[in-house]
Amino acid sequence: MSDVVEMARLMQGNEAVVEGALAAGVRFFAGYPITPSTEIAELMAERLPGLGGKFIQMEDEIASMAAVIGASLAGVKALTATSGPGFSLKQENIGYAAMAEIPCVIVNVQRWGPSTGIPTAPAQGDVMQARWGTHGDHPVIVLCPASVREAYMLAIRAVNLSEKYRVPVILLMDEVIGHMRERVILPRAGEVEVIERKKPAVEPKDYYPYRPGDDGVPPMANFGDGYRYHVTGLVHDEKGNPTTDPQVAENLILRLHRKIYDHLDDVITVEGYQLEDAEVVVVAYGAVARSAKRAVKDARAAGIKAGLFRPVTIWPFPEKEVAELARQARAVIVAEMNLGQLKGEVERAVQGRVRVTGVNRLNGELITFDEILSAIKEVTTDAQSG
Amino acid sequence: MPRTIEFRLSGSGGQGLILAGVILADAAIREGKNAVQAQSYGPEARGGASKAEVIISDGEIDYPKVVLPDVVLAMSQDAADKYAGKVKKGGLLIVDNTYVKNVPPTPARVYGFPISRLAREKVGKELVANIVALGMLAGLTGAVSRQTLEQALLSRIPRGTESLNLKALELGFEMAKTFSVKVPA
Amino acid sequence: MLSQVESHLRSDRFPHIWCPGCGNGIVLSALVRAIEELGYDPDKTVVVSGIGCSSRAAGYLDFNTLHTTHGRALAFATGIKLARPELDVFVLMGDGDATAIGGNHFIHAARRNIDLTAIIFNNSIYGMTGGQYSPLTPPGKRATTAPYGNIERSFDIAELAKGAGATYVARATTYHATMLEKLIVAGARNKGFSVIEAITACPVGYGRRNKMGNGLQMLLWQKEQAVTVKQAEKMSPEELQDKIIIGELYRGEAPEYTAMYEEIIARTKGKNQ
Repeated sequence: MSDVVEMARLMQGNEAVVEGALAAGVRFFAGYPITPSTEIAELMAERLPGLGGKFIQMEDEIASMAAVIGASLAGVKALTATSGPGFSLKQENIGYAAMAEIPCVIVNVQRWGPSTGIPTAPAQGDVMQARWGTHGDHPVIVLCPASVREAYMLAIRAVNLSEKYRVPVILLMDEVIGHMRERVILPRAGEVEVIERKKPAVEPKDYYPYRPGDDGVPPMANFGDGYRYHVTGLVHDEKGNPTTDPQVAENLILRLHRKIYDHLDDVITVEGYQLEDAEVVVVAYGAVARSAKRAVKDARAAGIKAGLFRPVTIWPFPEKEVAELARQARAVIVAEMNLGQLKGEVERAVQGRVRVTGVNRLNGELITFDEILSAIKEVTTDAQSG
Repeated sequence: MPRTIEFRLSGSGGQGLILAGVILADAAIREGKNAVQAQSYGPEARGGASKAEVIISDGEIDYPKVVLPDVVLAMSQDAADKYAGKVKKGGLLIVDNTYVKNVPPTPARVYGFPISRLAREKVGKELVANIVALGMLAGLTGAVSRQTLEQALLSRIPRGTESLNLKALELGFEMAKTFSVKVPA
Repeated sequence: MLSQVESHLRSDRFPHIWCPGCGNGIVLSALVRAIEELGYDPDKTVVVSGIGCSSRAAGYLDFNTLHTTHGRALAFATGIKLARPELDVFVLMGDGDATAIGGNHFIHAARRNIDLTAIIFNNSIYGMTGGQYSPLTPPGKRATTAPYGNIERSFDIAELAKGAGATYVARATTYHATMLEKLIVAGARNKGFSVIEAITACPVGYGRRNKMGNGLQMLLWQKEQAVTVKQAEKMSPEELQDKIIIGELYRGEAPEYTAMYEEIIARTKGKNQ
């Protein structure tokens, strides 16, 4: 058997998240059972103690988010996993993590909503909640895997980005990717880049916990390491002390944004397929991107120059990259399992230079490649007749 | 076009169909093929119904759901009623006629075996009917080899149940030998 | 002693935000004296607080301090303690913070018997928002949201903590500051979840509206209402009506959460790698 076959494994999406997180150094998980993310908690409960890590099932989703922040502040990389209703409850403390700049990762395996909806049915209705779910302007990074292997890789990347930028990172999955099993070949141990938070280089007496480095990110001391400082969700100065000074408040919120938006080249990743000469571009993410890829292949076979643009980072939205699409494409189709949450962003990015249509489905089933192919054919006909 | 086979294993909850699907996909991967196993909870997934879907392909599997299966296993009358009509023309419909008494109209070739009864009588436990069925599926379709299926099986069952499960698998392959068909790609 | 207390304060943060006559500073100083007496390493001492007047106390203390979200202090503290059990963790909460919005976290921290020392500043009111009734506002008392008198029954924090599984439960008032300090010391030494209820005065948000006078008068009221556990044993339920029983109320034995988790780690270490 070849080496590649030996390394190939059948793995579930939720399982891949766990393995990725552990490879990235996550050693703390707090969560609450919720379909379709529960496998992540179950596997973490089994795996963590053997690695010297900690698992706790908290009394609710709010508490799990809080415990994760507490653990991270104590210096242990921490992650939680949930689905729509639980994601809503976590928002309060996701805002806290954004404000207090505590690295943490939240996995949301999206299901049909609002409310309890259909617990086992896939959807992508949390795109906007992932960006704007907690109150106030706040930075956040959201990554969206389209395969089991990518769930593994993005779990690592989510942990790395959260450590690097001291920001909550959301791994926005969907039920299809979370529950499906497929063939994966994972990188060997040691082939994975693992990023640790930047530690202070000064003596405790000279430490300003919220004084940023050149990259806009303040070095972070862990509780218990000899740097005694204050952490609060209130607007705070560089010492961490609460203040209502308007200038400090504005500087803080602008810096929180700048530390992400000044590094978009690092934060944003996208994938293109057959885009070089594409006249019709399908924009899709998560499981729907797989339907879209098949539709693009079928369209090409039918002589239509179609391509796929897949944002892997969906927040910050890859505006520049999407604007590029409008330079050559005659039509853009956004396929998503919601009523057009990311389509609005695509429209904003292309600024009316190209027609944007949506393929949307909300019956709890994955959009099929046929539906997307029909849309491709339709816009092609429109473009030819127009 | 790469050779692709789509399977739908259907029956009641507790018949171990998801495990059977996982083992089938696992075996395919051990042979260097691509495979996807997905639970599908359509609107019909109620009343204790259970369904596992597996796609095995030499090529890339983009769309992860079964569209129209080449092979359907129906281990309950309900499952047969729901899925017998949704098989590729000339495909394979394998029914457990321990429970399936009426086979609805189907474009597929039908193979009936008393899978659950045989598991009970010849292996000693109806619990392993899923593994008997798995042996039949592999034997009839040639989608995966017996050797890799055994490896996959052994890696995914509880310790202490190896000989029981291997016996069940063997029974499945034997039953399949009584027919000789290959699924058209 | 005063200089020792001061050494644990972030003096640049003063003056504090509390109103004249507020008892929160008395609880704060009792806590600092207790930590001093316990001999804890400030670098390894963590103070977590929720939201409200009392929770601002964390910011004045020169330890690892975490001012969290409303009601969630115990959940944050659980994460810290489980991640690093060698840290000594105190959790400061108000009565509404701990028993209304944080009520769920409170009973579950007690049920787990996780080694945290919770100090609940009970001033019977939501002070920071201007005097709304809390689960600790006695029936009949007035609040801005109970203008005709409170019709809700109030919790007994001690009974709640005990019933939920806490292994150390005590109560003192700000009049009995030395006792409060000693109870905090004993609570911290308990290897498990400890609850110390500190009855404190909010003359502006509660006392004024309920004709209880200024801060001094409210302190004297605490003195009059308080009976020790020993005294209470000799009193009838009727006599105990409206009294505040102070002292060590309960001690229980139960395995501590982080210690049990360490056992799981010892059992599984090296497995499943």
